[in-house]
Amino acid sequence: MIPFEYLRAGDPAEAVAAVAERPGAVFLGGGTNLVDHMKLGVAEPDMLVDVSRLPLDRVEETATGLRVGAAVRNSDLAAHPLVRERCPMLARALLSGASGQLRNAATTAGNLLQRTRCPYFQDVTTPCNKREPGSGCSAIGGYTRYHAILGASEQCVAVHPSDMAVAMVALDAVVIVLGPGGERALPLADLYRLPGDTPQRDTVLEHGELVTAVELPDLPFARRSAYRKVRDRTSYSFALVSVAAALDLDGGTVRDVRLALGGVAHKPWRAVLAEEELRGKPATEDAFRRAADAELAAARPLPGNEFKVPMARNTIVATLRDLTEEGR
Amino acid sequence: MDARITLRVDGRDRSLTVDTRTTLLDALRDHLSVTSPKKGCDHGQCGACTVLLDGRRVVSCLTFAVAHDGADVTTAEGLAEGGEPHPVQRAFLEQDGFQCGFCTPGQICSAVGMLEEVKAGHPSHVTDDLTGPVTLDDEEIRERLSGNLCRCGAYVNIVAALREEADS
Ligand SMILES: Cc1cc2nc3c(=O)[nH]c(=O)nc-3n(C[C@H](O)[C@H](O)[C@H](O)COP(=O)(O)OP(=O)(O)OC[C@H]3O[C@@H](n4cnc5c(N)ncnc54)[C@H](O)[C@@H]3O)c2cc1C
Ligand code: SF4
Ligand code: FES
Ligand code: FES
Repeated sequence: MIPFEYLRAGDPAEAVAAVAERPGAVFLGGGTNLVDHMKLGVAEPDMLVDVSRLPLDRVEETATGLRVGAAVRNSDLAAHPLVRERCPMLARALLSGASGQLRNAATTAGNLLQRTRCPYFQDVTTPCNKREPGSGCSAIGGYTRYHAILGASEQCVAVHPSDMAVAMVALDAVVIVLGPGGERALPLADLYRLPGDTPQRDTVLEHGELVTAVELPDLPFARRSAYRKVRDRTSYSFALVSVAAALDLDGGTVRDVRLALGGVAHKPWRAVLAEEELRGKPATEDAFRRAADAELAAARPLPGNEFKVPMARNTIVATLRDLTEEGR
Repeated sequence: MDARITLRVDGRDRSLTVDTRTTLLDALRDHLSVTSPKKGCDHGQCGACTVLLDGRRVVSCLTFAVAHDGADVTTAEGLAEGGEPHPVQRAFLEQDGFQCGFCTPGQICSAVGMLEEVKAGHPSHVTDDLTGPVTLDDEEIRERLSGNLCRCGAYVNIVAALREEADS
């Protein structure tokens, strides 16, 4: 690890200024992803600007929903009464991620901005276009069990590992960003990039841009929502496939639906095609399957992860079926 | 780059100078000779280095000591009071909750933190009713302690120890 300077930022503006003026500076949240990557030699910052103690550690009720501060810890967000009551899929997604110890440290912004990655990215002895543009992708033709089936490129097939982000994307979350030039708000769905020819960039954020909050617009029918995560072991494991869903039923008909997938793409994947297919249809397994198929028609699995396509389809159907039964 | 920090470790104020690259785990073990937190994986994957940081369980290997100037750190060693083992430590002894013991200090700190989370009403991944009360049954114990691996496979007795603690 190269030597680095440490600064505990006093306020958001100071943090932004400190990082913006120094190319090698980065923000430090709970450190559970960044410190790991520094130890592995994957990240080599020469300055850490600690934003974990900024006064951005509150969940507030606003006129339009909830505002989650960037420094709210994952465990506190999952345990928040309003989150549990109004967005069960978000509480469930958080609780399915990492371990109790890690959730106590991990912050909301750090979770969103943990690197999109794969095991080769974390192993500096192997080629990886994301870590070292142009060096090649070790996953293509290699170990692909945890890799993408949607939206990947010839350059990179890694997935974004966050569970929380999948539920937030389904909730139409908006990220508040403070940069050297001022504040901007952008839909979480637009924060992330697909790999294309520049897999080294996970998000659209510029150097020095600080996430200060995430806004969750009120979605009354999210009270009936769920998060289902399929993994290789029962607990403390990344998703092979996950589904966040909220269902609004009018009798036996789907009035509205929110659906997002994790473990399948370079970003949390909002399943807009499936949502469109489902609106106004009867809430039956057949309809759920057709909706899943509409989304997964574009799936291009790799040799070694073909299983993810039926797994994603079945997980979508099972999650929506559970939500339908829950209301009866 | 060196930094001067103060940590309150197991009830004692300790001042030390650390390179900013020093993790909290290495500061405890190598600088302060507090060796109950163990280095298993050094990458957040095993829980052997778990301590209570300002009362909450965290892995000490994925955080830099310099970020915790002024913090209160409790390790398994510091849980005992007046020469008497902490009730969770006693339960591990009574239920034979370990074999080699390498994972045990982390298991115990994790368990103590976990019991506080239950007391505060926090649900887990396996809690059926997110807004209801939590009953700490075996499934809950297993899920809530899944961040602590035991290479000896003493899980059955670890769960028994915590069931004893939960029932009392
Ligand atoms: C063993 C293990 C298992 C895990 N399992 C899961 C899992 O099952 N599901 C899951 O979802 N996650 C899992 N994780 C990942 C974990 O959720 C993330 O490491 C964590 O959420 C990152 O949050 P942090 O605050 O620690 O981020 P940090 O490590 O501090 O930061 C991550 C990135 O975000 C940047 N950053 C931090 N704060 C800000 C800000 N305010 N504005 C702009 N940039 C910022 C940092 O510069 C860095 O690039 C696991 C991690 C480990 C180590
Ligand atoms: S999938 Fe992406 S992150 Fe993984 S080796 Fe290929 S380029 Fe690197
Ligand atoms: S040594 Fe810290 S989690 Fe394994
Ligand atoms: S008792 Fe040996 S690792 Fe747990």
